[in-house]
Amino acid sequence: MLRRIRQTLAVIFFLCITLLFLDFTGTLQTCLGWMAKIQFLPAIMALNVVVVAALVIVTLIFGRIYCSVICPMGVMQDVVSWLHGRVRCNRFSYSPAKSVLRYTVLGVFVVALLAGVSSLVALLAPYSSYGRIVSNLLQPFYLWGNNALAYWAERVDSYAFYSADVWIKGLPTLVVAAVTLVAVAILAWSGGRTYCNTICPVGTMLGLLSRFAWLKVRLDEDKCVQCGLCSRNCKASAIDYKHYKVDYSRCVACGDCIGKCHKDAISYSPRPSQLKVLSPVDEASATSAEATDMSKRAFLLGTAMVAGTVLMAQEKKKVDGGLAVIEEKKSVHRSTRLLPPGAMSAQHFAQHCTACQLCVSECPNGVLRPTTDLLHLMQPEMSYERGYCRPECTRCSDVCPTGAIRRIDRSEKSAIHIGHAVWMRRNCVVLTDDVSCGNCARHCPTGAITMTMVDNLTTKSGRPAIIPVVNEDKCIGCGACEYVCPSRPFSAIYIEGHEQHREV
Amino acid sequence: MSNRNKINRRKFLKVFGASAVASSAVLTSCKGVGPKGQETATGVHEPPKGKMTYRVNQHTGDRVSILGYGMMRLPTEDGTAARDSDAPIDQEMVNKQVDYAIEHGVNYFDTSPAYCKGKSEEATGIALHRHPRKSYYVATKMSNFSPDTWSREASIEMFHNSLKALQVDYIDYYLLHGIGMDGMEAFEGRYIKNGILDYLVEQRQKGIIRNLGFSYHGDVKVFDHLLSQNDKYHWDFVQIELNYLDWKFANEINERNTDAEFLYNELQKRNIPAVIMEPLLGGRLSNVPNPIAVQLKKRDPERSVASWAFRYAATRPGVLTLLSGMTYMEHLKDNLNSLCPLKPLTDVEMKFLEDDIAQQIMGFDTIPCNNCKYCMPCPYGVNIPAIFVHYNKIKNEGELPGLSTDDNYQKYRRQYLVSYDRRIPPDRQADHCIGCGQCIPHCPQQIMIPNELHKIDQFVEQLKQL
Repeated sequence: MLRRIRQTLAVIFFLCITLLFLDFTGTLQTCLGWMAKIQFLPAIMALNVVVVAALVIVTLIFGRIYCSVICPMGVMQDVVSWLHGRVRCNRFSYSPAKSVLRYTVLGVFVVALLAGVSSLVALLAPYSSYGRIVSNLLQPFYLWGNNALAYWAERVDSYAFYSADVWIKGLPTLVVAAVTLVAVAILAWSGGRTYCNTICPVGTMLGLLSRFAWLKVRLDEDKCVQCGLCSRNCKASAIDYKHYKVDYSRCVACGDCIGKCHKDAISYSPRPSQLKVLSPVDEASATSAEATDMSKRAFLLGTAMVAGTVLMAQEKKKVDGGLAVIEEKKSVHRSTRLLPPGAMSAQHFAQHCTACQLCVSECPNGVLRPTTDLLHLMQPEMSYERGYCRPECTRCSDVCPTGAIRRIDRSEKSAIHIGHAVWMRRNCVVLTDDVSCGNCARHCPTGAITMTMVDNLTTKSGRPAIIPVVNEDKCIGCGACEYVCPSRPFSAIYIEGHEQHREV
Repeated sequence: MSNRNKINRRKFLKVFGASAVASSAVLTSCKGVGPKGQETATGVHEPPKGKMTYRVNQHTGDRVSILGYGMMRLPTEDGTAARDSDAPIDQEMVNKQVDYAIEHGVNYFDTSPAYCKGKSEEATGIALHRHPRKSYYVATKMSNFSPDTWSREASIEMFHNSLKALQVDYIDYYLLHGIGMDGMEAFEGRYIKNGILDYLVEQRQKGIIRNLGFSYHGDVKVFDHLLSQNDKYHWDFVQIELNYLDWKFANEINERNTDAEFLYNELQKRNIPAVIMEPLLGGRLSNVPNPIAVQLKKRDPERSVASWAFRYAATRPGVLTLLSGMTYMEHLKDNLNSLCPLKPLTDVEMKFLEDDIAQQIMGFDTIPCNNCKYCMPCPYGVNIPAIFVHYNKIKNEGELPGLSTDDNYQKYRRQYLVSYDRRIPPDRQADHCIGCGQCIPHCPQQIMIPNELHKIDQFVEQLKQL
């Protein structure tokens, strides 16, 4: 019964969070957005005291049910493990906790968090890893499916579906996501919850609490016949049936063992038992680290691949009959990375973002994508080749679970300066093509750009050149000018980010 | 935006859908019957032979059929019109249609060195050469638009090439092509400074040109100027745009155009025959919003919507012939049915079209784009005609989002934005128009393209923000 409830809830959570990452229309976010916000690390990042307190209390009562219900990464592993279980029954066995590894990883994680090594934090955060997997590996298929529906909808004059661009937003992140998926899937296939109990810093943290949980899985020595079925079905390898012990730091309270026991010797109960709690520290010496090696290897491989990857996601040109060929726009190098309004400052953002890619999945303007900058790897940044940060959209700030992008409304957005426009003489079509333009000024929502004659500047044909001048103080950095600039592949006006966003 | 009519959308789509199929081809003159366009077609039954209405040109005594064949949209081997395709012209089909037209009494064929990417004259020559020279009148033009051809030598060469391509010793109707399109200056450069107009008058004296005239678009000063010199040049005919919308509203549609009423009356005063182009206003008068189509059908359920426009133009006595660019046999047949013989409209019917119907169409306030694609390619990649066609289509359907408080606002807003992205990729939408103005001189409808694009851009921007 308990197990059924757990499974049902887990499936609901898992599907909803996955849908939240898949949905690009922004419709699910209003009803499902909270599911991202109750994730443990994002809640800590957001200093969401209520959620963190609630999760701590839940863990102190029920044990690590967070790991078996709320965490999508945990449920994904259960799914993989369950698939293997259909082929091979009773495949687990008790193994001592790999405490050295666990606490080392946790330590490294905490240090990275405090020191602001955000790419390492992002790499270890479980919810974010899952987000990256869905956003990078699953969402493209979802979009293609949607585009097929849009194609048919168009033919029956329906406006129910509209097509969306599918593009590689960041190759390193894609690679990291793929490697994470393969590594975690292998670990789950062979060892169940190995990832959760060796690598995952959230698992380790909650493990510290769950040892003091009120409700626990308990073995009744009187009833137990030492058949070992419970151990062999414990995906956390936490039951030492020979000594009637359960490692509560690793037990995720899944309830699988309860159902397996023929003798009704296992219960999930508050009754303080006479069983000794197995201290994980006692077993720290045991270092049979087969699984560990594998995960280590996988992550090293991932990191190596990331470092060695060159961004080369260029799309092919579209050529149409009577239309002039237009080059794809290329992203300019910005000396300060551009972050969405609500990010407050580069530092605030770097410290709070766990790179889950939820905002990247949601961004309807093709603006957000994971950065390739190694220090902040996978954290989102903005660029304006495919669109610009439209005034009416606050979706990234609505969905961000960690508070890295603080929640803002439309009117606040229009007053936040995230960067300023810079004019590049050598690309401006007024000078290169000798035509009159002004598209940047026409589209500037704050009127920060003025087309004007400049002393001693003439076009090729000798007319006075009328070029855009930017009043940096009025510019909010939305990028409308950069997006609509006719100069290709590099715009003649681009946005340089601000370290510290300021509000007027 | 306030003037929204409720129209049965499905019906409208049928008409528009059908025209979209046939249409890329048919736009300039004859937009008659797409395969599914029952609403506008009479059903193509065989037109009668020997019933064609003729008009006599007082200057030369030519007996000219009221329907003239415009050779600017000839069919190609890939099944479209030569203006939209690089495929070779389907000569066999051209021959077949020309034969059919002549058999049914059509005897006026209008071409130009510029038509069908320069391939029209030759195709016309091949088709007509198979008939006795006396059985047809051929019209072509001095299409020296490009300043490279403004020199006397280049222009004369263009004239000689026309004779050669048409395989004729003389040309029946020769026109100065599109005077007024770039104002007085271009006119002077093309015809006066190089002495070409005098040269052409000379050719008329020699009999190599039988009738000399001009076609007019744009700056009315050039039109007035040429008519004021009628005593010197003795214009045998003038080609103008005339239809029931342009009669009183050409100037309102676009301030750089002149109402057909004025142009026609000026010609009548001087007894100059008028050759009519755009009797269907680039297909807009066959492709009318559905409520208007219904009103026309109520008056005569058997006749196509397009036939009203043809009969309107043809009823005026000073009209020598109506030019229609017929790509497909269906268009030819439908037009022959409308004009074999011409049943003139009554005064009441003329007023009904000029006032009621034209007024209503004006109320729809669409952009007068014919989708002729002369403006393309835009050097900055904007798909100008597609943006206008999309806007017009939605406007005509009465589904343009109005005030955000309207009941249908959210539905129409989504429709507009989704269909806009479907028709035109974001890189080619109106927000990418930089306003350089390079397209403006190419537009025969004199649309201020950048202004219109900027208006649509603003409109879309408002939709996105609300």
